[in-house]
Amino acid sequence: MQTSYSSSRILLPVRPWFIGFSLIVALLLNFLPTAAWRGMPDWVALLIVFWSVREPRRVGMGLAFLLGVAMDVADASLLGQHALAYVLVAYGASALSRRILWFPLAQQALQVFPLLLLVQVVQFSVRMLTGADSPGISYFLGPLLSALLWPLLTFLLLLPQHQPVDRDANRPL
Amino acid sequence: MDHQPPPFFKRGPAPVALLSFYVALSVALLVVDARMQTLEVLRQALSLFTHPVQHLAHLPAQLLDNAGSYFVSVSRLQEDNAQLKRVRLENVTTLLRTQQLEVENERLRKLLGVKERQQASGQLAQILYSARDPYSRRIVIDKGQQDKVIAGQPVIDDAGIVGQVTRVFPFVAEVTLITDKEQAVPVQIVRTGQRSVVFGLGNGQLELRFLPANADVQEGDVLVTSGLDGIFLPGFPVAKVTHIERNTSYSFARILCMPLAGVENFSEVMILDPRPAVALPEHLAREAAGRDVKSTARSGLAKKKRLKKD
Repeated sequence: MQTSYSSSRILLPVRPWFIGFSLIVALLLNFLPTAAWRGMPDWVALLIVFWSVREPRRVGMGLAFLLGVAMDVADASLLGQHALAYVLVAYGASALSRRILWFPLAQQALQVFPLLLLVQVVQFSVRMLTGADSPGISYFLGPLLSALLWPLLTFLLLLPQHQPVDRDANRPL
Repeated sequence: MDHQPPPFFKRGPAPVALLSFYVALSVALLVVDARMQTLEVLRQALSLFTHPVQHLAHLPAQLLDNAGSYFVSVSRLQEDNAQLKRVRLENVTTLLRTQQLEVENERLRKLLGVKERQQASGQLAQILYSARDPYSRRIVIDKGQQDKVIAGQPVIDDAGIVGQVTRVFPFVAEVTLITDKEQAVPVQIVRTGQRSVVFGLGNGQLELRFLPANADVQEGDVLVTSGLDGIFLPGFPVAKVTHIERNTSYSFARILCMPLAGVENFSEVMILDPRPAVALPEHLAREAAGRDVKSTARSGLAKKKRLKKD
């Protein structure tokens, strides 16, 4: 009997509308008025990593770039700051996708953490180069929380792809 | 990624090619936005897609807010009302006198032949939320191009200067607070009349820079706008000096101030009308034009001389 969260479980093919829906929800979560809490996870970055790891053929750098520009406009930050970070992380995630999926979920989170940290580091260095003031160490708390959320997120986002468990005693396989 | 697919599996351009394309595009956007500020139109166009989503995201918070104000008790409201009435009565004497003084001031200025002071007028705006960018201190207000807001207009609240409109979108505008690291306000110390410029520090405080270590500044001194920049009207309170460090090994004193306006609070603000540009007096303008002509003529002469030398 396979456990429900194993990454080697056979899944139904993903529905494209569900990817779009989850990304829009991530944008909404990012736009919530939580500017005062610096340690909030960057939901869009997390979802881009997730889908780039799971479906590297469907979610790639183009989508990451578009989402990044949308974030830049909404965020009142430098245009291209999020776009650059998201494109880099989408590339990294899709390049590492085969390796990451090999591991159980806890170790996947460990591998995803540096990718998520990259998002913050890229943005941080871009803004430091252009002379903004530093947001403080809590800025780097977001990726840690995101990585901790990885197992839960995987379970939730793969729910629609789980096959119904039908115990057919007469089935040969 | 390392294995090249056979040509009959069409997968588009190689990932590294795509990566370099998108990275180049983002870096180009970054450089143009940071150095030239010419992407405002693109930003405004994109905001037409992002603002509805943002609005949707802010709905729950607004609903909670409204629900909270709906359940405020009657006694609390009555208390508020009584207090407001008391404050109004207290202020009415100064207000009446101010009106009379303003008229008198206008008349005296006319007698002296000095240019009349501009009346402060503007439009009310509601602060929607503070911008999510953790590197800067900005707020978003609910007036935009539709309400003829333009970049550069000063924003005040009931206690003093809040900031300046820096970016205008169709329905909202971004205000850079005076505590932002890139915002500077020309000020004047009320007690001594000394002029200087106050800079944001990015941590909610302001710094009065370039005053010598022996300058006459005391803790508690109030800074008001000097109006020399042609943007802020003179006389609006900006900040109060909270801490002075006089170290003789530096030539300037380190003076920290706190903003007087509720800069980091959520409330209503007033967008002041832009100040009209002051034209140079005629003889000065003529002189300046003449100087331009002369300088070009002189450089022409110098060129000729250089040619002769050669």
